[in-house]
Amino acid sequence: MSERPLRILVAKPGLDGHDRGAKIIARALRDAGFEVIYTGLHQTPEMIVESALQEDVDAIGLSILSGAHLTLFPAILDRMKARGLDDVVVFGGGIIPEDDIPKLAELGVHGIFRPGATTEEIVQWVRENVRPHAS
Amino acid sequence: MTKREWLQKNYPTKERLGRFSTVSDMEVDPIYMPDDLPPATEIGEPGEYPFTRGPYPTMYRTKLWSMRQFAGFGSPEDTNKRFKYLLSHGQTGLSTAFDMPTLMGYDADHPRALGEVGREGVSVSTLEDMERLFDGIPLDEVTTSMTVNCSASAILAMYFAVAEKQGVPLERVGGTIQNDMLKEFIAQREWISPPEPSVRIVADMIEYTWKHAPRWHAVSISGYHIREAGSTAVQELAFTLADGIGYVEACVKRGLDVDSFAPRLSFFFDVHNDFFEEVAKLRAARRLWARIMRERFGAKKAESLRLRMHAQTAGVSLTAQQPMNNVVRVTVQALAAILGGVQSLHTNSMDETLALPSEEAVMVALRTQQILAEESGVANTIDPLAGSYAVEALTNKIEREAVAYIERIDEMGGIIVAIEQGYPQKEISEAAYRFQRAFDRGDKVMVGANRYQVPEERPIPTLKIDPEMEKKQADRVRAWKKARNGSEARAATLRVREACESGDNVMPPILTAVKKGVTVGEISDVFRQTFGEYRDPAWV
Repeated sequence: MSERPLRILVAKPGLDGHDRGAKIIARALRDAGFEVIYTGLHQTPEMIVESALQEDVDAIGLSILSGAHLTLFPAILDRMKARGLDDVVVFGGGIIPEDDIPKLAELGVHGIFRPGATTEEIVQWVRENVRPHAS
Repeated sequence: MTKREWLQKNYPTKERLGRFSTVSDMEVDPIYMPDDLPPATEIGEPGEYPFTRGPYPTMYRTKLWSMRQFAGFGSPEDTNKRFKYLLSHGQTGLSTAFDMPTLMGYDADHPRALGEVGREGVSVSTLEDMERLFDGIPLDEVTTSMTVNCSASAILAMYFAVAEKQGVPLERVGGTIQNDMLKEFIAQREWISPPEPSVRIVADMIEYTWKHAPRWHAVSISGYHIREAGSTAVQELAFTLADGIGYVEACVKRGLDVDSFAPRLSFFFDVHNDFFEEVAKLRAARRLWARIMRERFGAKKAESLRLRMHAQTAGVSLTAQQPMNNVVRVTVQALAAILGGVQSLHTNSMDETLALPSEEAVMVALRTQQILAEESGVANTIDPLAGSYAVEALTNKIEREAVAYIERIDEMGGIIVAIEQGYPQKEISEAAYRFQRAFDRGDKVMVGANRYQVPEERPIPTLKIDPEMEKKQADRVRAWKKARNGSEARAATLRVREACESGDNVMPPILTAVKKGVTVGEISDVFRQTFGEYRDPAWV
């Protein structure tokens, strides 16, 4: 049986409207052969987790440039736990200071991509770190 | 020698690149020659139609551009301190950055504001916040620019109320509020209601300030965000002027004489790395707008035809890697802005891909402008690049390509229809993706990011936002709501709703409402309830 393509939710938590990065990543992941769902802007943690459930995704990519990552990422991860999404991988990118990367890793966000990352790096990371979850 | 003859003489030859193009991927010729020049009337004189050489005859020999650093973070007191710091170091105008909740019309105590209060700008929910923000700053002497859009009506009302408290009559209050909703749907993407009612409120504000605050610019028609979202220089110019056409049409439709309000329209452009492309874009902007106003709208006054602009160096061009290099990028971009003839300029700080700027970084950015103004000599000659074969040829090319976009938008039925169909949004996404692929391949170079990287970098100190501040701001809003006269506030809110529904100008009731204690979030709620909420169509 051939492995099904990975399903990835690209999400924009919070109020910031900077969606250039999110849209580029969504497109690059799609071009790399993954199935990509983009949430659009201004999503609450609840909305993101509900989309992840409905779309049955293997990973969530969060894009945030507002500086609210230390509030919104934990809120999303808590809610994922509550809804049983333990095997969904979370990665992210945006204006995220170096000092915050270990804090996010502790929460379980291991792939953080900062300005200057190439789409190839991100695609490669997804290939290496995301597996189709059992459904 | 003609260009053709010169090319025949020297080409084909081996060149160091397969293709030479701008950061916007516009191909440039190896050389420009006298036969590239347009007729002399296209270039004209500074301060005269078609204003290619500048909006004013004597330009920087009379008055330098305003040095206006965009600033805002944390509580109103934090930002007030930064304002005073900038003014004390020779800055000549203020420019206010608001936080995301303020920009989206949520008060600091709203659940959606959680984690975002004071992060990307200053938090303002109440009249008291606005008073603290401008405490000790005389609003008749300093002009202020405020970057806020869907909640602009409430913010402007609060600013006017603070001026009134300072005893400054509205006729003497000068400044600019961004208030460009069309580009929000295209690029910056902070909104409350759909395009139609959003544009109606913009027109209400244009009409109100024209009548009551004649030194105020009620809209700053902005290409900056369009460019930052990934557009080309031509798209930036075309979509910005198309938005301008949209506002002029809305005002004319309600019976305003074009020569009444047009002199108060102002513009805001990005200035990216590609030096000549940027100079040419700013010159083309003035010429094309002058033509549009005269030919399309029949404007007669010179003030209606002359495009005046603020510019900001390109945030997207900066790198998180080796951030000191950003000082050099900003210098080149600022020079292009000055040679392009801007009236006001913000230079980005070197640390802006990492965090909001630190005091030290802002100082270098301001000093960059001062060095260009007072040491380099570039401001001593009026429009020194005029007549350059390359600059004039690129100016023509950019104008021509922008006209083609505007014609396409006209064919679709105007900018609102084009936005509803996602046309400018998709064009920009395409351009952004093309650039990213070129960057990934190394065809487009960002020094330090995809070429000349260093393995270990020494981090630079960045600004930290106090996490306690959010709670303090939220508590203040709650206390404010408790302390005000509730029935007066409710009645004033109702008047705002009635104006929204009846089509009366919303500004008078909003002014009354903010004085009665109604908050930015509450006025935005009225818009949500009466006009509905706009949702991101999430086109990729």
